[in-house]
Amino acid sequence: MRVIRHIAVNVFKESVRDKVLYNLVLFAILLMAASYLLSQLTAGQDIKIIKDLGLAAMQLFGLFMAVFIGIGLVSKEVERRSIYSLLSKPIRRQEFVIGKYVGLVLTLAVNLAIMTVAYYAVLGYMAWMAGSWFKPGWEAPAMDPALLKAVAMIMLQLMVITAVALFFSTFSSPMLSAGLTFGFYIVGHFNADLKHFEAIIDSRPVVYLARALYYLLPNLAPLDVKAQVVHALPVPAAYLLLNTAYAFVYIAALLTASSFIFLRRDFK
Amino acid sequence: MLAIQTTDLSKDFPVGFWRPRPYRALDKLTLEVEQGETFGFLGPNGAGKTTTLKLLMQLLYPTSGRAEILGRPVGDVGVKRRIGYLPESPYFYDYLTAEELLSYFASLVGYGAAERRRRVSALLDEVGIGSERRLQLRKFSKGMLQRVGIAQAILNDPEVVFLDEPMSGLDPLGRREVRNLILSLRDRGCTVFFSSHVLADAEALCSRVAILASGRLIASGKITDIHAFQVRGWELIVAHLSGESLERHRARMRKVTAIADRQYALELPLEPGPDGLLRDLIGEGAHLVSLNPTRESLEDFFIQQVGQQEPR
Ligand SMILES: Nc1ncnc2c1ncn2[C@@H]1O[C@H](COP(=O)(O)OP(=O)(O)O)[C@@H](O)[C@H]1O
Ligand SMILES: [Mg+2]
Repeated sequence: MRVIRHIAVNVFKESVRDKVLYNLVLFAILLMAASYLLSQLTAGQDIKIIKDLGLAAMQLFGLFMAVFIGIGLVSKEVERRSIYSLLSKPIRRQEFVIGKYVGLVLTLAVNLAIMTVAYYAVLGYMAWMAGSWFKPGWEAPAMDPALLKAVAMIMLQLMVITAVALFFSTFSSPMLSAGLTFGFYIVGHFNADLKHFEAIIDSRPVVYLARALYYLLPNLAPLDVKAQVVHALPVPAAYLLLNTAYAFVYIAALLTASSFIFLRRDFK
Repeated sequence: MLAIQTTDLSKDFPVGFWRPRPYRALDKLTLEVEQGETFGFLGPNGAGKTTTLKLLMQLLYPTSGRAEILGRPVGDVGVKRRIGYLPESPYFYDYLTAEELLSYFASLVGYGAAERRRRVSALLDEVGIGSERRLQLRKFSKGMLQRVGIAQAILNDPEVVFLDEPMSGLDPLGRREVRNLILSLRDRGCTVFFSSHVLADAEALCSRVAILASGRLIASGKITDIHAFQVRGWELIVAHLSGESLERHRARMRKVTAIADRQYALELPLEPGPDGLLRDLIGEGAHLVSLNPTRESLEDFFIQQVGQQEPR
């Protein structure tokens, strides 16, 4: 645990010095400016657009961070050979993999937290401009706490994607890893279609293949509750819990596979 | 218990893209290093030294054979706690300072914050890194990185240290400092296993050496015991040598080179030894400047050995 913690903190330190965080502050400011312009266009009536836009931006920025930092986590150390001296220390290769993962998740969490603060600040500003916290035309208050459910689910998606990126980077090149991870992300949002492939194609092998892929690929669509919270539709706690459990099982499987592959690797 | 033991240790690398064939980088290396020894692992570039060290660090898995450190299989976390490793041309993290890097490694070893600070500062002093310790490592020269690399290798007071070409990238002063550092490690009872392609490094430091060429062990033992390195003659340097005493004893010398006024370098045959001649010359007023045995150089030895290797 101690080793994992130290490796994770180091990953966090690296990303802070990589100035990722500063870029995000910049993003938050841009978001505010854009929202302000939009509020001018819609005369403060439709706050849903801003809620939706903000969540989508968080998801997209988070995705880029998860993929691009995620694939570099392990491959950069191997490529630059900094891993030689690191692995001669009393640590296990599995601890290295898990520590790297935890470190990036920590970085993502902090970034997402900053974005969330900026997001709520914009929504608060909108409400202030509108002169009310809750106007009759709105389905939910401007600074609706339910939005946090969507943020939490975005975090969960990012955790899955980080694990996918890490997994690919333990055995393939950074470019290929990035491509595959983005591929997984996109497929992950349309995954449900694979389960009912028989409705589209009448061929047993294809249907079985689709079914296998359904279980193998991450199922990200259920983790996307943006639309529900923006439209103030209920998102039951049981639903969130079930999908959280699913994501954790998926992540655990990926990390186990990554550790196993990494354990067997030669560093040439 | 032996510090290092390898038995028929071999490593193949697949080469070729379409139809990879195994290329044998290390061939059945059997080696034993006692505790407390300073052991030189010598060989020309491409001999397989780095491959051997990586196998000992379990950065590579062997194709066949075994390797043990301090009686335990390599890769064991308990063993890693007791060893140190300097990779060849070490590279670390651009964004950390020397101090932070060592502190990070120290935390992985398990030292607490106070102990970490104390150790890191003492180590950086020991390897001669002064105010640069607060600089990010991407601003470090190769020689400075080498020093940081040595510092991290001895961070945990290891019982066995593995140094891959510790002198490379250093200027003459740096080389001497590393030499002194290795000697002080030896005095602390630490086993030092280092690779080099320079015989002089080994001559000054090692109790024993192993010589590797094209992945095969071609000789091992004390430098003086390895046939190729046995004394071939003597080089005697004298001053105040008069022309007539030089003439008188000329037949006892193989070659004479004038260095300065009445100062000469004299090459003498191995037999009958330099004692008699030296006594005579001094008796005739000459002064002794130096007397050294001459040996075949490692480079000559490599060239001769590599020439004999049958192609694989
Ligand atoms: N990853 C690799 N793939 C293929 N061949 C390699 C690889 N690493 C080393 N070799 C080959 O193995 C031999 C030994 O290399 P190395 O151990 O680095 O030698 P040394 O450290 O003695 O200079 C060399 O011929 C080298 O070309
Ligand atoms: Mg080498």
